[in-house]
Amino acid sequence: MTLLAVENISRSFGSHTALHNISFNVEQGDSFGIIGRSGAGKSTLLRCLNGLEKPDSGRILFCGEDLAALPEKRLVPLRRKIGVVFQHFNLLSSRTAAANVALPLEIAGIAKAQRQKRVNELLDLVGLADHGHKYPAFLSGGQKQRIGIARALAANPVLLLCDEATSALDPETTDSVLALLSDINRKLRLTLLFITHEMDVVHKLGHHVLVLKDGHIAARGTPAEILQNSENSTMPLPDNLSTDAQNGSQAIVRLTLDLKEHPLTPFLIKLEQNTISATILRAQPHQNIEQPAMDVLLHLPAPTEENLSLLNSLARSVEVTGYVTPDL
Amino acid sequence: MSRLIFNLLLQATWQTLEMVLISGFLAVAGGLPLGILLVLTGPSGLSPMPWLARPLGLLTDAVRAVPFIILLVLLIPLTRFIVGTSLGTTAAIVPLAVAAIPYFARIAEVSLREVDPGLVDAVRAMGGTRWMVIRYVLLPESLPGMISGLTVTLVTLVGASAMAGTIGAGGLGDLAIRYGYQRFNTTIMSGVVAVLIVLVTGLQAIGNLLSRKARHDAAGH
Repeated sequence: MTLLAVENISRSFGSHTALHNISFNVEQGDSFGIIGRSGAGKSTLLRCLNGLEKPDSGRILFCGEDLAALPEKRLVPLRRKIGVVFQHFNLLSSRTAAANVALPLEIAGIAKAQRQKRVNELLDLVGLADHGHKYPAFLSGGQKQRIGIARALAANPVLLLCDEATSALDPETTDSVLALLSDINRKLRLTLLFITHEMDVVHKLGHHVLVLKDGHIAARGTPAEILQNSENSTMPLPDNLSTDAQNGSQAIVRLTLDLKEHPLTPFLIKLEQNTISATILRAQPHQNIEQPAMDVLLHLPAPTEENLSLLNSLARSVEVTGYVTPDL
Repeated sequence: MSRLIFNLLLQATWQTLEMVLISGFLAVAGGLPLGILLVLTGPSGLSPMPWLARPLGLLTDAVRAVPFIILLVLLIPLTRFIVGTSLGTTAAIVPLAVAAIPYFARIAEVSLREVDPGLVDAVRAMGGTRWMVIRYVLLPESLPGMISGLTVTLVTLVGASAMAGTIGAGGLGDLAIRYGYQRFNTTIMSGVVAVLIVLVTGLQAIGNLLSRKARHDAAGH
């Protein structure tokens, strides 16, 4: 069953076209990713999907209503069916974690006793049962995002929108938050729509992916299809790439993997087994060479001798392309 | 210090406090809604209404442009109309409040504008109405700044209330002029200055403490 149908939406700001003729459907229970660089129109698209922004043309059908055409007053009840998880958490600093989670319920006019019960359930679900009394300033980034997720789930939404939900988190926290979101999608059968600029997130979370480039749809398919199609490799080298390694800098590594049927999965499993955290920036088949191979660009936060020699044993060739300093 | 001087000082302090606190209360009662209105109807507000925001802003600044000593005189007819007299402590509250309302409105406006727009988005995305955005986001999130702003307003009012003494408002300013200036009584003059210093530093300390408490971060605990 189609939960959300986006039909030919366009949106411009002055002479800049943020979205051009975007159409896609999100099925009930899907985990749908939208990936693109910053400025590709992802955020504008997400804001259109809960009516915070109006497209210039096109329709957004959700629960039998067109979000693009409804007046503000009629959007309010529909927004209560859509939970949103934000990149910077957007928790109210004046409320405790529990009171933040309770806010959508207060807005929906739920009685206090019921609110309390639901909040406890949700804090349990996100693994922060003991942290309800704390103010956001006393929570770590990962904990804040878990509270953000609990809050987004509070009013029993039918769709969960995630706006770069892990971009402000460190790699380990990212993994645990992604696991939580994936759990929510599978166990609660909640439809997930997320935007991200990281291929890794799509790989771990998405069932279906849309690649957005300069406001156009550049590709769509399953994460595996997107990864293996070189035309769609929108993940660039970082802007701040330098050739010198500095203290604490992270490496961008280019590997050539022998192309078997699915070269990436066993490679990723090997990395995980050896507890190497790495992010795939780009993966594309090598062309015009005799032995088929996969060209992989990897972001390696800890470029130690040990890790590099392990990569060497997994790949046909390994080359350090450059170094970046973490911007966190 | 003689008991007489002490009693004079005590009574004047009490009158000053009365003027400052009542006009401070009126400044919030009038200035906060005005500040909210300025933010909501402003160009990036939740309900942009330039036809309302511009005249309101103009009126606010027009009142702030008039020096308080002139406002005191200008408002005598209004004061007579409201209080029945233009003399005394109660009468001074009228011009003090009229001056303090736009002053606090601008201060409240700054605090409200500093609230992270992401939080407004979050509550709107939850299906919050405009009123809920004000109640759950704008007011509680700007509270620490608002308390600091109110402290500044009260300190300014202490100064202004002393000026109101020149037209017979009573209070510390009146005492300083009648005894300290016109009768060259240095003891009273220095007593008034000392009380004013204690009053202002006290207000500031209380304001800082409350603002920190309202912040709910590491500094407040």
